[in-house]
Amino acid sequence: MYYDVIMAGFGGQGIQMISQIVALAAIRKGLNVTYLPSYGVEKRGGRTNVTLVIADEEIGSMVSNHPKCVIAMDTIAVDKYKAQVAPKGLLIANASLVPLAMLDRSDIVPLPLRCNDEALALGSAKLSNMIALGAFLQRSEILGFGDVEAVIDEVTPERLKKTIPANLEAIRRGIEIAANGSVR
Amino acid sequence: MNAIFKRPDSLKDTITHFCPGCTHGIAHRLIAETMDELGIADRTIGIPGVGCCVFLYNYFPIDVLEAPHGRAPACATGMKRAQPDKIIFAYQGDGDMAAIGTSEIIHAANRGENITVFFINNSVYGMTGGQMAPTTLLGQQTTTSPYGRDFKSEGYPIKMAEMLATLEGVAYSTRVALHSPKHVNQAKKAIRKAFEMQINEMGFSVVEMLSTCNTNWRVSPLEALKMLEREMIPYYPLGVFKERTGKDFL
Amino acid sequence: MTEKKLTKGNIALAEGAIQAGCRFYFGYPITPQNDIPEYLARNLPKHGGTFIPAESEIASINMVMGASASGKRAMTSSSGPGISLMQEGISYLAGSEMPAVIVNIMRCGPGLGGIAPTQGDYNQAVHGGGHGDYRNIVLAPGSVQEMFDLTIKAFELADRYRNPAMIIADAMIGQFQEPCRLTPERPVEFPEKSWALTGRRGRDPRLLKSLYLGDYEQEEHNLFLKQKYDEIQENEVMVEMQNLDDAELIIIAFGTPARVAKTAISLAREEGLRVGLIRPITLFPFPVNEIYEHSARAKNILVVEMNTGQMVRDVRIAAHKDAAIHFYGRPGGGFPFPDDVLGEIKKALGGGAR
Repeated sequence: MYYDVIMAGFGGQGIQMISQIVALAAIRKGLNVTYLPSYGVEKRGGRTNVTLVIADEEIGSMVSNHPKCVIAMDTIAVDKYKAQVAPKGLLIANASLVPLAMLDRSDIVPLPLRCNDEALALGSAKLSNMIALGAFLQRSEILGFGDVEAVIDEVTPERLKKTIPANLEAIRRGIEIAANGSVR
Repeated sequence: MNAIFKRPDSLKDTITHFCPGCTHGIAHRLIAETMDELGIADRTIGIPGVGCCVFLYNYFPIDVLEAPHGRAPACATGMKRAQPDKIIFAYQGDGDMAAIGTSEIIHAANRGENITVFFINNSVYGMTGGQMAPTTLLGQQTTTSPYGRDFKSEGYPIKMAEMLATLEGVAYSTRVALHSPKHVNQAKKAIRKAFEMQINEMGFSVVEMLSTCNTNWRVSPLEALKMLEREMIPYYPLGVFKERTGKDFL
Repeated sequence: MTEKKLTKGNIALAEGAIQAGCRFYFGYPITPQNDIPEYLARNLPKHGGTFIPAESEIASINMVMGASASGKRAMTSSSGPGISLMQEGISYLAGSEMPAVIVNIMRCGPGLGGIAPTQGDYNQAVHGGGHGDYRNIVLAPGSVQEMFDLTIKAFELADRYRNPAMIIADAMIGQFQEPCRLTPERPVEFPEKSWALTGRRGRDPRLLKSLYLGDYEQEEHNLFLKQKYDEIQENEVMVEMQNLDDAELIIIAFGTPARVAKTAISLAREEGLRVGLIRPITLFPFPVNEIYEHSARAKNILVVEMNTGQMVRDVRIAAHKDAAIHFYGRPGGGFPFPDDVLGEIKKALGGGAR
């Protein structure tokens, strides 16, 4: 098993948070993980990109320009990474911000999710990252809800602990939407 | 028979490489006498800079680290932090401290490193053949200021003891001279005071010693001593520029 | 078994230093290595250690010298221009036979350069850098775990041989995260330091110096150092080798390019191309024998570096004369992706060395 994913968006969308959750859950499952946050000049300008590689074998490259999955939380992320998705790969896009017309590659699987709207419906726009995470879990099939539930406390900073139940709820909602395969 | 004058234990019985008439030897002797009097030689580590002072280990029977040019205060910093119970002194010339090593001396002083620095100011680069130093007097001819130092081109002689005294971390900053018995006695007291500052953990201490370099000044040893009195002291006044009396800096 | 923690490369290195018994850090800020001093500023005091934010890299390396001369484990870290400023001090450390660990999380250069991942300082680290006839021990971690383990190793080697040890890593190795065991694999070695300057009480005075003016004294000293470097070459080579038995082509790379090469080799093998890897972990000592032996059989070498060709010159010296040596370099923050390397593999196997 070898799976690489790039998660991208702007600062504050919680990309680091969901990538940390996935990384730790994978480690706990006994998998190898590399976690590469934005590096170099990309650090500037408020963008957040994380490249995660998860494998049951030794991981070579910690960078990927043909990831099996891209989670793009805004239009800039779609612009930058859409072309990189491996053929037959998955492009999870935050359709609350990204026009559907941008998801125009026919050789990959687009999964538009109205992350912000779904999150608001659950009570807070801040849950949009968890909607995307749920969808990723459902489609990538490398980690289950239980794997994530087991590590979310560890990854969540003390001052945000009270948000854990809402986060888990949002992850479940993401899983549910992805399973139905449609934009609500 | 009682010996009333003898070589200090902290000075090796050897011939120095210093030119006849050079006052480095006096500075060495004063430091050795003081180490004897304070009984610290067996826990003292000396750090010479580069230049005529570099052979310090040939003359003092103590542990010695040879520092890169100008860096002795940084080496002394690392050493004192690693072994605060030891007495650490740097011994630098003017090319070493006042030119290439200004950054290291200023910041070691400013951090209040509990070390002692002996600074030999003879107004030239001695070992390399008498080139102009930042301490060279206005109008003074050297091999690289053959027409005399001109402030319009080379700026003014730098007053290290006064400058260092402005820094909060400095416990003791003084300038003494080595050209007459009276001044040598004063210098000895300053050296002792500087070591005591370190022993009492008061902070950074520096003793600037006006010295002669008769070889590079191209005069006789006796004339060099007179020149020091006549030409250096009016520009580089002697005195104590800072002296901490208690640990009030805390 | 100790639990592995998702850890950033620079942090693993800094924690490795603490675990190695380093209690003295002196440094000056420069990107992309600032995690190291920031971690040590926070954590060294908890271990009774000393952290000084030095006024310059020149002061940093000389403070390291002072602490090291005292017999203590001391280090500094920097990047590109800062490492250049330290070269005088590193040369003195080598000449006076003092241990020290110097970390270079490389910046692109020349000049101020950029902060993207690069390997432009191979020559500086491996072939001197400072003045005079000396060598650094040079370690090149290829994973977060190695950032931790090789830091401990660097302190041990530096002490064992009384020689500066450098760790060089590109910013990718410094800044990415992997699960890492943050405890030493085996007890850390602490050799006796019968040369340390601690005051002469109860013994003869000691001296650490690098000035030799007497007839033939310097030559004698240089030959003595040479003997030591030969001994290091003989005993301390570390190298990772993969898939070499049937390899028609050997990739030689260190740091991030070696990681990328591993992925490229998997891709190549899926296509039936027989490719193997030699990853020098020590850059000095260089795995000369391993490269000679395997190149004699494989006949094809592809060196991948994030520069315009620095290690490749050492590979040329080491390789068998019949081996064709190819080079793929991405300098200045340009990055070799796995499919780029795969393309180079195919080119190299298609024939034509350069």
